[in-house]
Amino acid sequence: MRDNSETAKQSTGPAAPQPAPLAAVNPIAAEIVTMSGVRFAWPGRNPFAISVEDFSVTRGTRLLLLGPSGSGKSTFLNLLCGIITPQEGRISVLGTNIGKLSGSARDQFRAEHFGIIFQMFNLLPYASVIDNVVLPLQFSSKRRKRAQEVDGGSVSTESERLLTRLGLERSVIQGLTASSLSVGQQQRVAAARALIGRPELIVADEPTSSLDRGRQAAFLDLLFAEAEAAGATVIMVSHDESLAPAFSDVRRLDDIAKGSRSAAPC
Amino acid sequence: MLILRLAIQSLYSRTLTALLTVLAIALSVMLLLGVEKVRTGARQSFADTISGTDLIVGGRTGGLQLLLYSVFRMGNATNNITWESYQDILKRPEIKWAVPLSLGDSHHGFRVLGTTKDYFERYKFRGGQSLRVADGKVFDDLFDAVVGADVAAKLGYKVGDRIVVAHGAGSVSFVEHDDKPFRVSGILAKTGTPIDRTVHVSLAAIDAIHIDWQSGARDTEHPVSADEVRKMQLEPKAITAALIGLNSKLATFKVQRFINEYPQEPLTAIIPGAALQELWGLVGIAETALSAVSVMVVATALLGMMTTILTTLNERRREMAILRSCGARPVTILGLLGLEGGLLALSGVVLGVLLLYSALLVLQPVIDRIYGLHLPIDPPTKDEWLTLGTIVAAGFAAALLPALRAYRLSLADGMMVRN
Repeated sequence: MRDNSETAKQSTGPAAPQPAPLAAVNPIAAEIVTMSGVRFAWPGRNPFAISVEDFSVTRGTRLLLLGPSGSGKSTFLNLLCGIITPQEGRISVLGTNIGKLSGSARDQFRAEHFGIIFQMFNLLPYASVIDNVVLPLQFSSKRRKRAQEVDGGSVSTESERLLTRLGLERSVIQGLTASSLSVGQQQRVAAARALIGRPELIVADEPTSSLDRGRQAAFLDLLFAEAEAAGATVIMVSHDESLAPAFSDVRRLDDIAKGSRSAAPC
Repeated sequence: MLILRLAIQSLYSRTLTALLTVLAIALSVMLLLGVEKVRTGARQSFADTISGTDLIVGGRTGGLQLLLYSVFRMGNATNNITWESYQDILKRPEIKWAVPLSLGDSHHGFRVLGTTKDYFERYKFRGGQSLRVADGKVFDDLFDAVVGADVAAKLGYKVGDRIVVAHGAGSVSFVEHDDKPFRVSGILAKTGTPIDRTVHVSLAAIDAIHIDWQSGARDTEHPVSADEVRKMQLEPKAITAALIGLNSKLATFKVQRFINEYPQEPLTAIIPGAALQELWGLVGIAETALSAVSVMVVATALLGMMTTILTTLNERRREMAILRSCGARPVTILGLLGLEGGLLALSGVVLGVLLLYSALLVLQPVIDRIYGLHLPIDPPTKDEWLTLGTIVAAGFAAALLPALRAYRLSLADGMMVRN
C-alpha cells in the first residue's frame, strides 16, 4: 500500500503571503500535510538528526506509519505537530508553512487544528475527566466555538457526548479525577480530548500499545468512527504491523524519514 | 481560569507537601509580623507609660537608669536626693508642680511607692490620661495604701484588706514591716502601665515604717509602735526621685542644666522622651537582629517551597508534555508553576496572619499580665501590608526558578518525554 505520495508531491499550496500568527487555512487542498526537503538536527549533545525528502497526506486518510522505537518517531511527530521547527525545508499543514510561524503561533495552530494522543499517561492525573477533555479548548477560542456549535450545547455536554460515544459510563465521566481510571478508559478520554472541537488532524503515538489486543481493535473502531464523523484525518505511529488492516494507508517511517546518528546512541 | 483551576487542583493533589510548605511560610510570616507587633507594642507601651512630666530628677545616675527605676519600676536606685535639695529645687520659679517618689520596699514582688496625693492628679499616661480610682479612694490615713489593678487582681485585694509591706525590692523578702500593717483604701483602674503593679502609700508612711530602723535592720530594742508613729511629725530625709512639671516647656533645658549642675548634691535630671530615645538606641540593635532573623526565616521558608516545586518537576514533565500537546505555550507552563508558587505564598501569608491574630487574641491578656506589655490588636499597618505583599511577590519569584527550568525542559521535551 505505497501510495499517493508521488502524485501529490507538488502541491504548490496556496500562494498566500507568509501568514501572520493565524494562518489562512485552505480547506480545498487535497493534501492536509506536506513535507519537503526537511532537515532537522537536535541541538546540543543529542546526536540525532532526521531528514524528510517528500511526504504528504491526503485529507480524510487514515494513515499508519510503521516504525520501531528509536527510528526517529518522536522527532518526526514533534516536527509534524510544530513543537520543533526544521533547520531546512518546508512543513505545510492545511496550507500553512508551520516552520515559519512564531513559537506561540505554532502553539496556537496546534491547539486549533491538532488532536494528539500519546502512548500512555495522556491525562493530568489531578484534573477531572471533563477538564482533561476540554483542555485544548483553553488554548483556542475557535476550537472552543466549534465544540459549542455541536448540538448548540456547552463544551461540557459536548465532552460528555464524545465520552459516551467512546463507550465511557456516566459514573466514570463524572468521577472526581482522571487518576482513578483504568488504562483503557484513560486512552478513550485522551481520544475524546483529541476529537473535541473537530480538529482537522488527529495524531496518535502508539495509542493502543498499552491496551490488550481485543481492546485495541475496539479503540481504533471508536476513534475512526468519531474521526470520520468529525471529518478528521488520522495519522498514527506504531511498531505493530497487525494494526495495518484497519487503515486506509500504511507506510514505513524508514522510507519517509531518514534518521542519522552521528555519535553513540542515547 | 482553567489554568488557575489546574494550578489549584495540582496543589490539591499534593496536599501534604503543599500544606507543609504553606505551614512553613505561615509560621515564618507569623514570626516576622509577631516580632514587629511586639516591637511596636513595646515601644508604644513604654512611650505611653508617662506623659505630661517634663523632667524626672534623681540622684546622680545614668539617665536611662533613672527613667527605668523611677517610672518603669525596673532596677534600683543607687543614689537618693536629700529632702533639703528637693525642697531647694522646688523654689525655682519655672517649676509648676513636683511629685516626690520614694521606692525601695515591696509587697509580694510588687513595688511599693511612697508619694503624695498629687501623684494621682499629676501622673499622666497614654497621651494625657489621668489615673482613675476604680474602687475606694486615695490614701487619707498614714497607713492607707492604694493598689494598682494587677496587684488587686493577682492578690485578690478588696478595699479594706490589711496588707504588710516587706523591706527591700526583691520578690521574696524575709524582713517585713509587719508591725505596721496597711489598709487598702483604693484600687486603681487598669492603665496598662507599671502603675498596675504598684502599691502606693504616702511618703510619710515610708518614713513611718522605717522610723525604728537602723542601717537596714529593725532596731528591736527601741521599737516604735504604729500608734506612736502617728503622733510624730514625719519628714522624709530623702526621696528616690521626683516628677517635675514646668510652667513652660521652653524652660526645660534651663531647669535640667540647673539640676545637673546643682552644687550642693550630685543630681540628675532627665527629659523622659529623650531618655526613651536612648533606650530605643540601645534596644534598636537587638530589634534589628530579631527582624533580620525573622526575614531569614521567611527566606528559608520560600527556599523550602522552591525546593519542593523543583523536586516535583521531573515527575511533572509528562504533565507539561500533555499541556504542550494541547497547544499550551511554554509561557503558560511558566505561568502555571509561577502561579503555584504564588498561591502557596499567598496561602502561607493568609494563614500566617490568621495564626498571628489568633495567637494575639489568646496571648494578649497573658502577655499583659506577665510582662505588663500591652499588644494592641490592630489591623496590619501600611508597612505590614507592604511586607506581606513583598512575601507573596517573593513567592512568585521563588517559583520562577523551577518554572524556568520547566520552561526549558518543556522546550527540549516537546510532547514526547524521553526518560
